Amino acid sequence: MNAHTQSRRNFLRQAGGGLSFALVFGPAGVVNYRRGLPDALAPTDSPDTSAAEHAFGAWVRIATDGEVVIYSPASEMGQGSMTALPVMLAEEMDADWSRVRIEHSPVEPAVYGRGWGGGGRGRGGSMMTAGSMAVRGYYMNLRLAGAQIRRVLLDSVAREWGVPVGELATEPGLVVHAGSGRRISYGDIAAFAQVPDELPEVAESDLKSPGDFRLIGHSVPRHDIPDKTDGSAVYALDVQVPGMLYGTIVRSPVHEAAPASFNEAEVRGRPGVVATVTLDYGVGVIAETVEDAFAARDAMEIRWAGGARAEGFDSVAALAAYTGIADGPSQGRPMSESGDAAAAMAGAARRYEADYFNDYVYHAQMEPLGAVASVNATGDGAEVWAGTQAPDAARGAIARALGVPLESVTFHPCYLGGGLGRRTMSDYIVEAVQLSEAVRRPVKLIWTREDDLQYGAFRPMSLQRLTAGVDAAGDLTAWTHTVIGDGRGLLASGISIPYYDIPNQRIEMRTARHGVRTKHWRAVGHGPNKFAIETFIDEIARGEGVDPVELRRRLLRGTPGAVAVLDEVAGMADWGGGPPSGRARGVAFAERSGSLAAGVAEISVDEASGRIRVHRFWCACDGGTIVQPHNARAQIEGGIVNGLSTALTERLTLADGRVEQSNFHDYRILRMSETPEIEVRFMPSNQPPMGLGEPGVPVAAGAVANAFAALTGRPLRHMPFTPERVLRVMEG
Amino acid sequence: MPTTFTLNGKPVTSDAPGTSMLLWVLRERLGLTGTRFGCGLGECGACTVHLDGEAVQSCRLRLARVEGREVTTIEGLSPDRSHALQRAWIEEEVPQCGYCQSGQLMQAASLLAANPSPTRDEIVEHMDGILCRCGTYGRIIRAIERASAANTAPAGRSR
Repeated sequence: MNAHTQSRRNFLRQAGGGLSFALVFGPAGVVNYRRGLPDALAPTDSPDTSAAEHAFGAWVRIATDGEVVIYSPASEMGQGSMTALPVMLAEEMDADWSRVRIEHSPVEPAVYGRGWGGGGRGRGGSMMTAGSMAVRGYYMNLRLAGAQIRRVLLDSVAREWGVPVGELATEPGLVVHAGSGRRISYGDIAAFAQVPDELPEVAESDLKSPGDFRLIGHSVPRHDIPDKTDGSAVYALDVQVPGMLYGTIVRSPVHEAAPASFNEAEVRGRPGVVATVTLDYGVGVIAETVEDAFAARDAMEIRWAGGARAEGFDSVAALAAYTGIADGPSQGRPMSESGDAAAAMAGAARRYEADYFNDYVYHAQMEPLGAVASVNATGDGAEVWAGTQAPDAARGAIARALGVPLESVTFHPCYLGGGLGRRTMSDYIVEAVQLSEAVRRPVKLIWTREDDLQYGAFRPMSLQRLTAGVDAAGDLTAWTHTVIGDGRGLLASGISIPYYDIPNQRIEMRTARHGVRTKHWRAVGHGPNKFAIETFIDEIARGEGVDPVELRRRLLRGTPGAVAVLDEVAGMADWGGGPPSGRARGVAFAERSGSLAAGVAEISVDEASGRIRVHRFWCACDGGTIVQPHNARAQIEGGIVNGLSTALTERLTLADGRVEQSNFHDYRILRMSETPEIEVRFMPSNQPPMGLGEPGVPVAAGAVANAFAALTGRPLRHMPFTPERVLRVMEG
Repeated sequence: MPTTFTLNGKPVTSDAPGTSMLLWVLRERLGLTGTRFGCGLGECGACTVHLDGEAVQSCRLRLARVEGREVTTIEGLSPDRSHALQRAWIEEEVPQCGYCQSGQLMQAASLLAANPSPTRDEIVEHMDGILCRCGTYGRIIRAIERASAANTAPAGRSR
């Protein structure tokens, strides 16, 4: 527990030895989500500390009126961990949930971060909310912190009442003494509690057993939802500060091209324009009103310098050329290898081979990027409001951009209008700071949807070549998988199949270079990779005349949990019973962020238009302990919808180095009428929680492709399955 | 020339240029930021408000067009989240990131105002233009059905 005690000392030192947490960190982490816009958006002073209250470690403050403030370190982009993390702490603290108030924690990764890898007890590190890491990464830390606080409360009462601590117990919000029948509320305890310099040791064995949980597993209503039904939730674009100007940036149409010159005098002379700012890859304009800013932007004529890597890039041609890379020699050592795939392939009774493709995909979070920055008059400090998945990285990037110490940057986390991985980058936040620095006034930077799409950072396109060998007994003995694309680690996630019992495997990546920005996208490489793997498994099953569920059951024999989700979803979908006339079903399995998931899609195809309609989708998931069941289902549902969206409609292309799509009319995301009825079931488990933000994504495309093959006898091998592609496949 | 109209039941006058889009006037001049900017082309519906009771997309509606008319935004749907749809939205835990939900609610409110008991197909047809990236569509349908049932139940008429 050194990390805990260390962090508390650290906290106390920062607090100048005082006990009141709020005195130190007040404004940095606070976004007021309450109704009433002007107050909510004004820079807040430290929370009211006039009422007597106690800080209990870095995570909790208890007021004498009984209110318990719990600081949540996760970004809230709709995934719900702003609530789930305090639930885990409150569970072990035995807090009365009706008296809990959740606030964003300060952006202090040394205190509020978690180590990469999740699940560990180590403190510090990253505050990034990504990779379905928040709940699993904080689960043990926050439960232990809650148990420590409960122990402090018990010890304080034992001293106060002169009874052995062993005779005391807690109920939600109360310490009780069974012998005398005395009860005291946590708020009353806060009036006399003594918080030791080192919080008491608590072991994992001291934690509640799952059968005693009152909050975990009981679907506590999400903190952020009510404010998202009346418009009062505050996103970065909603922030208004006195004297604020509006900024917009024209960025290079070819990624990372530099502006050579522009009609500066004309733009500066336009109504309301305060300044123009030349950036490495664009030109910003700052104006008095949003209308003036957009009008000035429309008048901007920029000549771009040549030499950007992506100049002339044609994504359709490049993807086609990946076949040549796949045919060519290996570029080096495989990513993973077991047995001797080449020898097993040579000795196989039957061989299978297929190429799968996927196009670039854009994040398309509903809130376009943007931030509000206020660099002070002397240029040596800034206050910034933004929605980000990485507040600690953003704060650091701002400090570096200004050349000032971290402490000179006050960062206000806002709700995120979607993240999907795009908001792990800080580019849009640094831009706002650069604009504000130029005028030393607050600036709201607004990306248009066109900006957001054009200057995105995409899930990379790829070609995946798979081969397999089956022996005379029908067992899969050889497997090779080569992925080709420009995205390095983004292409690698999910390509390994350790859970499939195939003795000889060779998995390899070959790299192309295009100069197009790429980035993590929900479930990262799992989306494309599981599409290819799961569709290929079904192609093998058809070739071998084996039921696809049965083939997977055999391959998964070493992983009982995987067989269990497969069997569960087969039961949910009545797999053996067969679909209604004119429809077919397909299955897919995936692991992601520690969770196991299996999905079944039921589809039909309009033969005239080539349009695939997904009618129903079933998903069974083993995510360990489910902290917030209602919200967990929502996460899987959303993942499936995103997965179907990339399987059916989402396609980004570049020609002459420029993104060809501009807005939602030509970058189509799934609509309500295209969304199936979705049923999700979780496997009962007492194991630690796993990630749930992503495993819905990778089961979607494979299940649809496999249903299509069951319906038509033909495979779909290129995502998205647009009507044109479907017609081509059906025409053979 | 100033533009005068009724906003959430109260008269307001804006001296913004008549060519300004209502969305930006609402958000940046009148401080009603619950109406969201999503695409600027009327393609996503995040900016949906009511104009004389009809759902319209405020990112493509010029201020001059609302002169003398009645505009309702999410902030005016109810004073206290008591609209049947808002209650249903909370009960079904519809929002995830929440950014599109003002538009979803305003679009749904215009449906129930005209058709208190829509079928599932009617719901989908009416709501189909409002995009949600988080994939809350199924919950939106359920919430509208719940609100419809609450509104049409004999004893449960609230709003």
